[in-house]
Amino acid sequence: MTRIDARFAKLRAEGRKAFVSYIMAGDPDVKTSLTLMKGLPSAGVDVIELGLPFTDPMADGPTIQLAGQRALEGGMTLDKTLQMVREFRAGDNDTPIVLMGYYNPIYSRGVDTFLDQAKEAGIDGLIIVDLPPEEDDELCIPAQKAGLNFIRLATPTTDDKRLPKVLQNTSGFVYYVSITGITGAAAAQAAEVGPEVARIKSQTDLPVIVGFGIRTPETSQSIASIADGCVVGSAIVADLAEGKPVDEVLGFVKSLADGAHRA
Amino acid sequence: MNELANSYMTGPDEKGRFGIFGGRFVSETLMPLILELEAQYERAKTDQSFWDEMEFLWKHYVGRPSPLYHAERLTEHLGGAKIYMKRDELNHTGAHKINNVLGQIILARRMGKTRIIAETGAGQHGVATATVCAKFGLKCVVYMGAHDVERQQPNVFRMKLLGAEVIPVTSGRGTLKDAMNDALRDWVTNVRDTFYCIGTVAGPHPYPAMVRDFQSIIGKETRFQMMEAEGRLPDTIIAAIGGGSNAMGLFYPFLDDTDVNIIGVEAGGKGVNAKMEHCASLTGGRPGVLHGNRTYLLQDDDGQILEGFSISAGLDYPGIGPEHAWLNDIGRAKYVAITDKEALEAFQLCCATEGIIPALEPSHALAHVMKIAPDLPKDHIICMNMCGRGDKDIYTVAKHLGVDMSDGEGRSVS
Repeated sequence: MTRIDARFAKLRAEGRKAFVSYIMAGDPDVKTSLTLMKGLPSAGVDVIELGLPFTDPMADGPTIQLAGQRALEGGMTLDKTLQMVREFRAGDNDTPIVLMGYYNPIYSRGVDTFLDQAKEAGIDGLIIVDLPPEEDDELCIPAQKAGLNFIRLATPTTDDKRLPKVLQNTSGFVYYVSITGITGAAAAQAAEVGPEVARIKSQTDLPVIVGFGIRTPETSQSIASIADGCVVGSAIVADLAEGKPVDEVLGFVKSLADGAHRA
Repeated sequence: MNELANSYMTGPDEKGRFGIFGGRFVSETLMPLILELEAQYERAKTDQSFWDEMEFLWKHYVGRPSPLYHAERLTEHLGGAKIYMKRDELNHTGAHKINNVLGQIILARRMGKTRIIAETGAGQHGVATATVCAKFGLKCVVYMGAHDVERQQPNVFRMKLLGAEVIPVTSGRGTLKDAMNDALRDWVTNVRDTFYCIGTVAGPHPYPAMVRDFQSIIGKETRFQMMEAEGRLPDTIIAAIGGGSNAMGLFYPFLDDTDVNIIGVEAGGKGVNAKMEHCASLTGGRPGVLHGNRTYLLQDDDGQILEGFSISAGLDYPGIGPEHAWLNDIGRAKYVAITDKEALEAFQLCCATEGIIPALEPSHALAHVMKIAPDLPKDHIICMNMCGRGDKDIYTVAKHLGVDMSDGEGRSVS
C-alpha cells in the first residue's frame, strides 16, 4: 500500500473529499517552492502533485509552461527535484507525493535508475502525460512493479469502449480531466462533469479526482461534491507567479482546500 | 514470411514503431483522435477512389510528375558522377510540401473535419496548407514561431492572402518546435471539428507513415523516370532532412534496392560540436521522446530539449522522423551534416551553373553532392531531391553575402 492508497482509505473512512494541489518544482526557485511545498499539508492539501519541469509541455497552458520555464532558467533538474522531495520527506512522512510531468527527462535518466531514485526520495506515484495505455511497457508496468502508483488521465474523449483500457493498469486514483483542452483553460462545470465521473466510477473502485479548469473555492466545492476530490494547479501557480509571498499563496490554497472539504 | 522479413518497407508495426522508434506518446485526450485517424487512413489507403482524387489533383493542381533533370553543367563542373535533380521545386507552391498536404486534406474532408490546423517553420508547409484549404473552402489556422514569422515575412503574407489565420507562437523560444506544441494544444482543445495537418514524417503514429506514403510519389516517379532516362536505377540518392519528409518520400521506394546508396543530409549549422549550434539530430543527438514519437533529439543531459540552429528555417527542428532514426541505426541509410557555409556555396553554384535558385534546404543536399561527386566515376549516377525553390530565401542569402536589400535596390552594405 502506497501513501496514496493509505491517504484515500483514510479520507474514505472519514467521509471526506480529497484536495489535491499542483506546484512546479523549482518555481521560481528551489527555496521558495520547497517552502511552499512544506506549507501545503497544513493548508489542507491531502495529496501533492509536484511538477517536473520540461521544455515542451504539450498538454499544459501558458501558466504551467511559464512556471516550467522559470524553474529551468533557475537551474532546476531532475536531481534537484528529487532532492526537494527528500527534504520535504524529512519533515513529513505521510502526505502522498505524485510526480507529474513528461516522459523524456525520465527516459533520458533511464527508467530503472529513475524508479529507484524516485522511490528512495519518497515519491509515491507518477502522472506522465504523454504515456497513454498504448505505451504501458515503457514506464507504467515497471513503476507498478517498483511499488509506485501510476495514475492515468481519463478525458471527455475517453469513450466507453476505451475506458477499460485506460483503467486497466491505473492505480492510486483516476485523474479525470474535466475539459478537452490544456491546463488553466475554461472553467469546469459540475453539471457536465458529474455524469462523466459516474461513468468512470461504474467501472472502477479507485477514487476519481477531477482536475483542469478549477480556480475558485466555489468550483473546488462544486466539483469535489460530484467526485472523490479535485485538483487545482494553474490558479495556485499563477498566484505565485504574480509575486505573492508564500504565506498569501498558502492562504489561497487553504480557501480552495476548505471548499473541497466542505463538499 | 521470409520475403517480409527481408524487406525494409514493412514498417511501422502495429504499435507504430520502426524498431524502437516512433510510437504514440500523446496525452489521453488525443489518443482516441489518432486511433480514429489511423483507422480512417487505413481505409482510405486501400480505397481506389481516394488515390484517384489524389492523382487527379497531383496532375492538374500541383503539376506532377515533376521532371527528373540531368544537371549537365553542374556534372561537368564537379567532374565526376552524373548528377540528376528531382525537380520538386516546380510543384505548385514551390516545394514538396503540397504532396502531403493534399493527401491529408482529402482525408480530413472524408472524415468530415471543417477546420485545419498546421505548424510551420520556414512557412512552406503553412503556405501549402493554406493553399489547399483555400481550394476546398476550409478554415485554416497556422501556428508559426514568432521568430520565424519575423524572418519569413513573404510566406506569412502569402498565407494571409490565401485566407489562413497565422498565429505567432511566443511560448518557449518561439520556433518550429514551439509551433508544434501550440498546434497540439489547439488540437487537444478543439477535438471535434479539427484536423491537424502535420508537415513532416514525425509526430505520433500514423503521421510518420502517412506523410511518408503521400511523399513517396517523389521516389516512385524518380524510379520510373530514371529507368526511362538511364535504363537503370541511380547509384546514390541524396536529400536534405529537417523532419525528413522530402527525404523519406525519395528514399522509401528505393529501400529494398540495396545497391542504391541512400544519404540524408542534416543541417550542420555552424558545425556539429559541443556548442550545439546545429540541427543534426542523428549526428549530434540521442534517442528521446518528443511530439508523440521516440526518435533522435537534440537534448541536454537532463532530457530537456535544445533549440536547433540553422540558416535554413525549414531544417530548424531538434528532432527527425522516426523512420530515419531506424534507417540510421540499422545502417540502411547514411546521414551526414552540412554547415550553413557549405550550403550557401552550393546555393550559389546551383544558381550559376544550372539557372536554378534552390531553397536553402536542398542546398544542403547539393553541398553533399559537391563533396562526393568529384571523386566518383562518370558512370556513377547521383539523384538529389531539389525539394524547394529559393525565392523565399533570397533575403537570408543576401544578408549572409553582405548585401543589403532593405531599399529594394540590392545595394551592398560592405
